[in-house]
Amino acid sequence: MSLKDIKKEFPIFNNKIQNNDLVYLDSANSSQKPQVVVDRIYDFYTKEFSNVGRSIHYLAVAATNLYENTRILVQKYINAKDKNEIVFTKGATEAINLVANTFGQKYLKEGDEVLLTELEHHSNYVPWHYLRKSKGVKIKFAEMDENGDVTLETIEKNITDKTKIIAITHLSNVTGAILPVKEITKLAHSKNIPVLIDGCQGAPHLKLDMQHLDCDFYAISCHKMYGPTGLGILYAKKKWLEELPPYQGGGGMIREVKKEGITFGELPNKYEAGTMATAQVIAFGESIKFINKIGIENIEKHERELTVYGEEVLRKNNSVKLIGNPKDKGSVLSFTLDGVHPHDIATILDEDGVAIRAGHHCCQILHEKLGLSATARASLGVYNTKEDLDQLNESLNKCKKIFS
Amino acid sequence: MDLKELYQEIILDHGKNPRNLGKFENFNKDAEGYNPLCGDKVHVYLKLNENKEIEDISFEGHGCAISMASASIMTELMKDKKNPEVKEILNDFLDMIKQSPELKSQLIKEDEKTKLMSLSGVKQYPMRVKCATIAWHALASAMDYKKDENDSEKFI
Repeated sequence: MSLKDIKKEFPIFNNKIQNNDLVYLDSANSSQKPQVVVDRIYDFYTKEFSNVGRSIHYLAVAATNLYENTRILVQKYINAKDKNEIVFTKGATEAINLVANTFGQKYLKEGDEVLLTELEHHSNYVPWHYLRKSKGVKIKFAEMDENGDVTLETIEKNITDKTKIIAITHLSNVTGAILPVKEITKLAHSKNIPVLIDGCQGAPHLKLDMQHLDCDFYAISCHKMYGPTGLGILYAKKKWLEELPPYQGGGGMIREVKKEGITFGELPNKYEAGTMATAQVIAFGESIKFINKIGIENIEKHERELTVYGEEVLRKNNSVKLIGNPKDKGSVLSFTLDGVHPHDIATILDEDGVAIRAGHHCCQILHEKLGLSATARASLGVYNTKEDLDQLNESLNKCKKIFS
Repeated sequence: MDLKELYQEIILDHGKNPRNLGKFENFNKDAEGYNPLCGDKVHVYLKLNENKEIEDISFEGHGCAISMASASIMTELMKDKKNPEVKEILNDFLDMIKQSPELKSQLIKEDEKTKLMSLSGVKQYPMRVKCATIAWHALASAMDYKKDENDSEKFI
């Protein structure tokens, strides 16, 4: 599939948004959906619907196969060793909560340290905060430097003999910094510390290889990967999924239930309690196939070129200040505009059909460090073009005019 | 929708040069309004005398043009106002921002009405209503007003 006409694959771009062509620059928040994914949800509900993993009628067996097929597609996509290392969750947030909760319960005690970074999204801080409350665990933040980066050296400096787990973002949703996660994992493992990577921004844009990366946990948000909402993935090494206690209890995750006690099911059922987001899982299989058809390497190349172009355009605009200049940068362009608050920027851009995000992007620690209460952010996806970034710049000039 | 209606001259002026900005020394009541969605903050300071008259009022904070302009216009208007009047104007403004096409209170002079009505453009931008009301909610808590049990949009 060629990148040239890729917008045509996404039905949302066929519609006018308030009489404008949509310039969608909010993919770090959530991506748009290709027709194949939308169709798959419709088809499943109209022709194939059944709950999975329970009944033995025709539809149930077929649905179970489809559901499990996505697990295999994900396994291959991230090159996990075993399909049972893929756990479906309701989102990346739940994936991180699952690890914080079960790992915390089993291995953490008062005075132990969890090492995060100042770049983290609230979803990779708040779940750990509960352990501070319930167990007296200490949370440390590896510092962000003036480029919006967190280096391997800074991580190393913050590791102590009390550090029990390191949880870091793969790609910052504000500064765009791509962290040296492979090196950080190697360093952590040399000290017997497991690593969780928040891959919400990594998975949609970078080629993943879990066996090469060697991290212990990797959290994925499916709706940022051209997939449906309400679905996330936790990759975890099998030994962890076997060792850690179950997270939620309910149907489907048990082996035997008696009045005196309960035994739990095998992987991956152990972590998939209750009826799962079946249609979303099945449709997400189409998202993976869609990405594979284009090739994640091609997507990465396209987005990197656009990021460089976007930075160039915005740098030429004297009133714009780009936030973050990391060594390795993903397709996120955060900025401020002299004399115009990010919310006013977002409202004015919206009038031209340019959708960006304004605010703290769920990263208040990071914004406090920047000394800003809010920033504006244009983030890219496979469907974006240079014209989109030109329109962004033109609409920013309109903001300047209104506020001049 | 019309941006010109949202960003009227009065708003741009008050947004850029907010009146009564900054904490003053002898305040005796204060409260903070916070919008967790965007992180905007407005802190309102009051000097209330025994008759519950606002002798002085100011605010501190950071936020968009709408929230700063609204706080600025509010502080200008509320200075020297007394308790029941403050509540009446506050409820009237909140009602106008959310639904009513006009301000009904007789306590608001015509020129003041013009200023307040300049904020009515947010009605077309539901995500921005909170920007226009953040300072007013802070004032309500500084005045110790409680929300009406039957009407959560109204202060009693």
